[in-house]
Amino acid sequence: MKVTFPHMGNLYIPLKSFFESLGVEVVVPPLSSKRTLELGCKYSPEFACLPFKVTLGNFIEALEMGADTIVMAGGIGPCRFGYYAEVQREILKDLGYRFEMVVLEPPQGHVWDLIKKFKHITSNRSFKEIYVAGKLAWKKLLMADRLDKLANRLRAVEMEKGKTDSVYKRALNLITEARTEQELGAARQQIVKEISSIKKASEKNLLKVGLVGEIYTLLEPFVNFNIEKQLGELGVVVDRSISISQWVRENLLPSFMKSKEPELLAKLAEPYIPCFVGGHGRESVAQIVSYANQGVDGVIHLLPLTCMPEIVAKSVLPKVSKIHSIPVMTLVLDEHSAETGLRTRLEAFVDLIRERKEEKELGVLSWN
Amino acid sequence: MRIGIPRALFYYLYYPFWKTFFEALGHQVILSNPTNKKILKDGLELAVDDACLPVKVFHGHVVDLKDKVDALYIPRIISIEPKEFICPKFLGLPDMIKSSIPDLPPIIDSDLSIYKNKRGFYEHAKSIGTKLGHTEKLTARAFRTALKKLNSYKKSQIIEERLPLDSGQKSFFEDYQSKNQNYGESALKVLLLGHPYNIYDNYISMNIIGKLQRYGVKVITPEIIPTQNLSAGSRYLNKKLFWTLGKNLIGSAYYYMDGGQPIDGIIHLASFGCGPDSIVGELLERKIARSRPVPFIRINIDEHSGEEGFNTRLEAFLDLIEGGSRR
Ligand code: SF4
Ligand code: SF4
Repeated sequence: MKVTFPHMGNLYIPLKSFFESLGVEVVVPPLSSKRTLELGCKYSPEFACLPFKVTLGNFIEALEMGADTIVMAGGIGPCRFGYYAEVQREILKDLGYRFEMVVLEPPQGHVWDLIKKFKHITSNRSFKEIYVAGKLAWKKLLMADRLDKLANRLRAVEMEKGKTDSVYKRALNLITEARTEQELGAARQQIVKEISSIKKASEKNLLKVGLVGEIYTLLEPFVNFNIEKQLGELGVVVDRSISISQWVRENLLPSFMKSKEPELLAKLAEPYIPCFVGGHGRESVAQIVSYANQGVDGVIHLLPLTCMPEIVAKSVLPKVSKIHSIPVMTLVLDEHSAETGLRTRLEAFVDLIRERKEEKELGVLSWN
Repeated sequence: MRIGIPRALFYYLYYPFWKTFFEALGHQVILSNPTNKKILKDGLELAVDDACLPVKVFHGHVVDLKDKVDALYIPRIISIEPKEFICPKFLGLPDMIKSSIPDLPPIIDSDLSIYKNKRGFYEHAKSIGTKLGHTEKLTARAFRTALKKLNSYKKSQIIEERLPLDSGQKSFFEDYQSKNQNYGESALKVLLLGHPYNIYDNYISMNIIGKLQRYGVKVITPEIIPTQNLSAGSRYLNKKLFWTLGKNLIGSAYYYMDGGQPIDGIIHLASFGCGPDSIVGELLERKIARSRPVPFIRINIDEHSGEEGFNTRLEAFLDLIEGGSRR
């Protein structure tokens, strides 16, 4: 059995670790690329949302490399994601691939269902083995998330351009290669050392931008043209509102293991979107309010074209932006988006918030 | 009080209930005009760019009504079947309206959800009653009357195969008599699939039903197919579809294709950029491509669709199935 899964940012690191610790052979699809997107678009329904298309491309590339078991998450709606796997399976079958698709449906209180599926994939490893493998994978995930956070700050202040990213790449490798918790501990020390070697400019008066929106476009650098890096290059500190570990918590863990934080956060959206609207629509709005409260300079809202929950969010954003006096820019992404257009818009937005910040410091507060 | 109901989205499914309910509470129900050029224009102008056509049109209907009424009824429709949804945009509909349209009258935006259990329908009525200041007793009575009306309406809709089509200003619910479809045994039968608010809104659908009927085609839609047949059809799915409208659509198609009854063609009228349609349409097309028992066409509509091209495609399709049925 050769297991594969879709890409979403660094998600492959813990997944690979998890399956390999259990002795399962893994085929990590090539990182999402133009080819992935082209393949995905060619065989997807025209109006499917972007994550559908790119992940379908991942599967095709992995199947070409010999994968025979696809692990994918499911869902219960209201958004399309919950039905992705069903349609992708049909498409791949019609393309003539032979494979098994294991869909991890959100365990509504039944962590056992999840474990049973894992037992199936891992040919009946013991609960303890699964636990140990899971723990290591989880630690790796947390470390990768932490690394992202640090890099999003460091890029804006590094003295030597590109230094952060080279450290970042090495650090991901170190995390990926660790096979035990001890090794991961050692990797961690090494990473800390390398990070502290990055020379920094003054951290005063930095611009800070928050990223909100649909989770896949936020987490997958290929589809968002590495927006975090691009903003870093423009001297902006980036705070991304969602991390992969959060997503795993929300989607794959039973409710009693979830933290209360998301609920509290959602309250901030109440005047605009008081109820769950699928995906992260309400959360995007709540995050913007929260960023405004923290004094962040501006927010960028990312969504794939036709993304339903984020369209609901987008419709209330003008109001949110006005009331909380925070600039918000929306970026709608699809297979036709171009990097150059995006860069121009980012630069314009950064100029806008920089001017605004300067004016504010002069006491001439004016927005809208 | 004058309560405004936009002639859009779930109007085509629930108007019999809404009208009876509000009137039983002593209110006057005002409907917006049938979709027209101005309504479409207002909708396009005010709604968020990325919304689908039906949601934009809904915005236009709100504009059409808002200065003529004391309150607007824009429920938050979460779920109309246990463990199913409609679409995220229905979940956020009142929020979108409130943010996008200025100077609105008070909005009755009570949640309607029977996701957990069927009592949700009554809870919805109760919440409206409370908002309007009625006693629970009166509300409960109005609810029962309205529910009876809705159920008997739906039943006769299926038995008489009556499509919920308005005629002019008159609502399909008031214009009760004239919609019987009378066709001989030899008439072509076409299964028309799509969201009710797309296929029954003559303006949005470019009068597809009228056109088909003029050609002597008998039009069958999910709304006139008995529920047990719908669910028989949707059982073929590997995983339950969590969108009620999508489930009905797939259920209808599978029922007819797998020999429920002979059918000459299937038309899927989909909204451009509609999330559920993109998934459901794909399942449908794959199913048809694999078994190919029926001619099939998908027509995507949005605000830019031209009527000429639409007619040409429709006619070509009819030629195709006519040829097929003669052979
Ligand atoms: S949240 Fe948006 S991108 Fe994700 S499945 Fe739903 S519509 Fe598609
Ligand atoms: S189901 Fe489709 S057409 Fe209906 S509101 Fe949702 S996206 Fe729009």
